[in-house]
Amino acid sequence: MQPPPSNSANGIPLIFELGQAGRATDYLEHAKPLESYLPAAALRSGLPLPDNSELDVVRHYTQLSHRTFGIDLGFYPLGSCTMKYNPRINDAIVARPEFADLHPYTPDELAQGALEAMYELERSLSSLFGMAAFSLNPSAGAHAELGALLIAKKHFKECGEAQRDTVIVPDTAHGTNPASATMCGFKVLTLRSDARGRVSPAELRRVLGPGTAVCMMTNPNTLGLFEDDIAEIASAVHDAGGLMYYDGANANAIMGYARPGDMGFDLMHLNTHKTFTIPHGGGGAGHGPLGVAPHLVEYLPVPVVTRDAHGRYALDFDRPKSIGPMRSFWSNFAHAVRALAYLYANGSDGLKRVSQLAVLNANYLRVKIAEFLATPYPERCRHEFVASAQRLKREHGVRALDLAKALLDHGFMAPTMYFPLLVPECLMIEPTETESKETLDAFIEALRAIVATAKENPDALLQAPVSTPVGRVDETTAARRPDLRWRPPP
Amino acid sequence: MYTPHTERDIAEMLEAVGATSLDELLSVPEAVALRGKIEMVPALPQYLIDRRFDELARKNGGVAYRSFLGAGAYRHYAPAAIAALAMRGEFLTAYTPYQAEVSQGYLQAIYEWQTYICLLTGMDIADASVYDGATALAEAAIMALGATGRKRILVSRAVHPNYRAVLKTYCDGLDVAVDEIGFTPDGTTGLEQLAEAVAGKDYAAVALQSPNFFGNVDTLAPRALDAIRASETIPIAVVAEALSLAALAPPAAWGAQIVAGEAQSFGVAAAYGGPYVGFIAAAQEHMRRIPGRLVGKTTDAAGRTAYVLTLQAREQHIRRERATSNICTNQAHCALIATIYLALMGASGLRNAAALNLARSRELASAVANVPGVRLKHNAPFFNELAVDVGRPAGEVLRELQTRGILGGVEVGRFYPELATCILMTATEMTTSGDIAALAAALQEVLRATAAV
Repeated sequence: MQPPPSNSANGIPLIFELGQAGRATDYLEHAKPLESYLPAAALRSGLPLPDNSELDVVRHYTQLSHRTFGIDLGFYPLGSCTMKYNPRINDAIVARPEFADLHPYTPDELAQGALEAMYELERSLSSLFGMAAFSLNPSAGAHAELGALLIAKKHFKECGEAQRDTVIVPDTAHGTNPASATMCGFKVLTLRSDARGRVSPAELRRVLGPGTAVCMMTNPNTLGLFEDDIAEIASAVHDAGGLMYYDGANANAIMGYARPGDMGFDLMHLNTHKTFTIPHGGGGAGHGPLGVAPHLVEYLPVPVVTRDAHGRYALDFDRPKSIGPMRSFWSNFAHAVRALAYLYANGSDGLKRVSQLAVLNANYLRVKIAEFLATPYPERCRHEFVASAQRLKREHGVRALDLAKALLDHGFMAPTMYFPLLVPECLMIEPTETESKETLDAFIEALRAIVATAKENPDALLQAPVSTPVGRVDETTAARRPDLRWRPPP
Repeated sequence: MYTPHTERDIAEMLEAVGATSLDELLSVPEAVALRGKIEMVPALPQYLIDRRFDELARKNGGVAYRSFLGAGAYRHYAPAAIAALAMRGEFLTAYTPYQAEVSQGYLQAIYEWQTYICLLTGMDIADASVYDGATALAEAAIMALGATGRKRILVSRAVHPNYRAVLKTYCDGLDVAVDEIGFTPDGTTGLEQLAEAVAGKDYAAVALQSPNFFGNVDTLAPRALDAIRASETIPIAVVAEALSLAALAPPAAWGAQIVAGEAQSFGVAAAYGGPYVGFIAAAQEHMRRIPGRLVGKTTDAAGRTAYVLTLQAREQHIRRERATSNICTNQAHCALIATIYLALMGASGLRNAAALNLARSRELASAVANVPGVRLKHNAPFFNELAVDVGRPAGEVLRELQTRGILGGVEVGRFYPELATCILMTATEMTTSGDIAALAAALQEVLRATAAV
């Protein structure tokens, strides 16, 4: 018997290297040739794609799935990514034809269920986070950041304060924050965290001024620490005439305890693919509801779902002050439905429980891991925390990367590495609330064993992982001689 | 509730972390602590969640109608094997494949997607996806602004109105002007005007959609392309109906340097507008300006073939404010669905599906053109949709058709006030002769009735 193809040096063949012309499964009746309908000049001469049987396609992608690690296979402690269990009922609901087959141009009166779902989600999120309204238009967190900054820009322009051209971003911020600011033509001012890993109101006041447009904050921040001066920070920014933006990537830590609206934020986004259990799908699709305080509601992207006195729902496009639409159609609707189903599974008490147990899990990991690895901010964390391999690197030549790769050999996904940037040799760990104590204990013991190996036999870790389909990948060659596609043989 | 903790677990863990209670562990400063009550949907047991969504589903009656809706979202046949494969938990619950060693399968699938998009468009490179067709156009425009250093974009008025609106939203943020170029009575972009407009060398890019919003094949003729090249303007091709790529001359063949597209047609559900999957394909020279993820093929330390996210120095998590785009989470899972669709259909299946779209839309065209008072608005070659002039306010006619169980199409006047009597009608391989006959009969009845009034 031949070994399975996945063990060969060339891995699994590409779909383009399989099949024979004429082998594709027929799903449809046969039409006349294309030339019967269009002039030859409008047509392409051929289509160089492979024909494969359905069975061969099923085998191919099943094999690829066997080489892919998801939450369904094991613990995924990726900091700031909130990789919690994705409940299957949510997928079953959106697969119903009444949702899956609904065309975006269906007249409102024949899509009342979809609009009601969007309305319920919007109202629920607004109350949960203390905002006046949310738009379900943006496609992901970064997309919502862009929307929020477009709102800020338009708002200042209309107030005659177009000189406000600076966005303040702490050094712990996600990379999307500064990138989004640039896409709105703002200058970015990076603010250093203080020794406590937080934004210092005094330091902030030094940079505030007539040019301040927006201060973008993540709270708890990416060190997992609650910005306990947030009320003072918000007043300082408001006193300077600026707006406060809340990056909701870490919203899993605060539900039922604090609301960005009450903290003084004017704008915020959520990643429903983090906090609200939408599957991340290997890199999207995401969904990024964008929330605003009362004075910014009229700028929200179009369309907005409205409800009239008779309980009829509609898409409202007629909003003269809106920044405009941000995507082809109304929302990543299927994700909005998933998020709503998750809200129904929890209610407000359940979501409070979610945050409680997410924070408990993170602190439990933190104190146990602190027994053998430095945690640079040794205080209670929220939903995530950072550890540092700086000492291991100095004394044994083992980096955060090596620890992360060794975890893969133990069946765990690696934590987020080298972020936030202010922590050297950083591992950023977020367990989420859906993991059991036994899973956390197994992870702790695996990491403890890896750190022991790092001290006794560091060379053993430099090769990790060894049990995966491939070992460490030559990223340098990948970037120097980019091979971004297959090409037909000449 | 999806938390596994027993009361005993909680007690042990609280003790381990040195907290007296969960409330103590999560306490926040008094000034920002939550006061009052959260008003949101109630917690329900799972069978009642199902029942709640049954109730909502029943209020989406539109799915049961005979539908001729298209205009950027298309109903195509999706083989059942797509969902069976794409919904596998390994794919569905993975994060962005940062750890290449345990993500080879997904990375390979994205590499296949990039290749499929290159082969379909005729371009050199393609990215791992962007949000949708409209944002693909906006991101393509940003690529062109960076490449040329110019501050204006020219776009055909026959490009999907939503795409143009999103382009404007993005360009407003960058203080970039967007100008539009009109279309001819034939429903294709006015190429003479276009050649004139670019001569001043003001525009970073000119964007055309083919098939355009009206369904018409709308490409650059050689003379217009010469003018564009002479002015060093970047031609962007917009593709809203990706299945057309199986039949029509690819954008590379008529001169596009960047292709901004939507691949919803490849097996992705209509889902009331999303999630869909945008793509950007480009000529090699634009490689370092392309937004979002790129997967490259390389080897591991033992020389085995391996795939990895590459050229990340363009991206926000490395480059921060100097990134080519802020995109982070993209549409990987929809791209996977599209990849599996393309693999299942194969070249022969795709070309046949495209031919069926041509056949059914022509059947539709002749059926409605035979209704008294109706005429086809344009005379250009079209793919699977067409503007139909019903001679009366289209909104009224559509509402009448609706009472007869038919969604007759999209009201063109919503976007083009001068075409208030036109309906954009779409027929795909899923449109039957029975659907077409029913529409034609209903249209005849409606128009006769209004004529009598």
